[in-house]
Amino acid sequence: MQIKRAWRVLQRHWTVYTKLYKSSFALNFIEPVLYLVAMGMGLGVFVQDINGQPYIKFIGPGIIASSSMFAAVYECTYGTYIRMTFQKTFDAILATPVNLDDLIAAELTWAAIKSVIYGLTIMLVVALFGLVDSPLLLLAIPVIFLCGLIFAEVSMITTALVPGIDSFSYFYTLFMTPLFLFSGVFFPVETLPRAVAGIAWFTPLYHLVNICRAFAAGNTDHMFGSIVWIVVVAAALAPVPFRLMRRRVIQ
Amino acid sequence: MSIVSAQLLTKEYGIIKAVDGIDFVITPGECFGFLGPNGAGKTTVMRIISCFLPPTSGTVTVFGLEVNSDPSVIKSRLGVMPQDDNLDPDLSVFENLIVYARYFDIPKKKAVPIAHELLEFVELQDRGRMNIKELSGGMKRRLLLARSLVNNPEILILDEPTTGLDPHSRRAVWEKLNNLKFRNTTLLLTTHYMEEAERLCDRVAIMDSGRIITIDTPQNLMELHGGGNLEDVYLKLTGRNLAD
Repeated sequence: MQIKRAWRVLQRHWTVYTKLYKSSFALNFIEPVLYLVAMGMGLGVFVQDINGQPYIKFIGPGIIASSSMFAAVYECTYGTYIRMTFQKTFDAILATPVNLDDLIAAELTWAAIKSVIYGLTIMLVVALFGLVDSPLLLLAIPVIFLCGLIFAEVSMITTALVPGIDSFSYFYTLFMTPLFLFSGVFFPVETLPRAVAGIAWFTPLYHLVNICRAFAAGNTDHMFGSIVWIVVVAAALAPVPFRLMRRRVIQ
Repeated sequence: MSIVSAQLLTKEYGIIKAVDGIDFVITPGECFGFLGPNGAGKTTVMRIISCFLPPTSGTVTVFGLEVNSDPSVIKSRLGVMPQDDNLDPDLSVFENLIVYARYFDIPKKKAVPIAHELLEFVELQDRGRMNIKELSGGMKRRLLLARSLVNNPEILILDEPTTGLDPHSRRAVWEKLNNLKFRNTTLLLTTHYMEEAERLCDRVAIMDSGRIITIDTPQNLMELHGGGNLEDVYLKLTGRNLAD
């Protein structure tokens, strides 16, 4: 892998993104606003305070985390798959000095950057709703990047293995939806039976939600473990998507 | 002197031998054609030369460098016009060239005049701002040709460059390729059109089932095997006729 060559591919993604962002950017705002209004203001009226926080304030940081997760996951599942198969963008790029490892490194990094773009956007929305107590929340950005990398890696592994684009629905239904619902975005996982709550610890979103929530409240006490978890998993997973994509693309 | 050479090149996909121990030598400046029925292994050979697929065994050198050793160096001096349209649909015609030039480390200042020049070369100078979706099949092929030339390649690899084109567009592509031949670019092409091979190729390799049956000039082949044109020779050598 060579950084300069991966950079060339990142530039391509940025060029395309800046061409299309006007249409997609507005959509970034709409989804979190819908969640905040429906869950926070609607459902929240019937929900008691959680850890001394009103419900809408509780879910705000969770939505930052989950939106940044979905940004990376979409990018490295449907986005990468379409570039690899239907558009044959991979073929075009691989005919240049860029090699497959450079290309995969760029795909993963770009997904992590998109996590940050989405994370920042939603932070702004949540802040506009008056749900952020501390500017420390900005410290979550590098963590969102790293966690975005984990989601990108997991998604890329899936992309390397799926027989066709329809198979992604298994990934979304069996992996992403449970992750979204049981990682502490909408309620503290501790309310679940212990065994179920224990599973959450093994998922990346749980840790990201913890970190975002703690930073938003200006409380940095219990996040060290989660940060270590994210760094270790991001590094440990890294070689796998490269190996699997080599197997898929180069026969 | 050779610019591309292969010794005992073999490529296996699982138990299928797509290319079965072939040898060939291509000299600088010539136009070399790979002919053969579907599945003969032509595209596989092209993909190995363009450092896309590693050979299972045997050696392939391009510019004297082995394809396995440093693909980036080889690829920086190659142009590839693929069989399928793989233009970037998210970018305009002009942007396709600029972004592609960037992969070759060509700075934008240089890439812009190159892109204009190439669009003119393939007669798309008025279409720079168009979307890829708005282009006809012939225009897409011409843009793919232009894109394969952004790095001023010494070897141009063309996989079925005129498949699916109408006679006018086909002739337009031939004219461009003749132009490049004149400028001493080495051309490597696969085709199913014997007329195309007769017109463009200095030498052809006729392939079947992963092997090369013969390599010669189209004229010699016609004299040796009889028949008024290359198509007769091709049908005779590949053992296929309408009865099969």
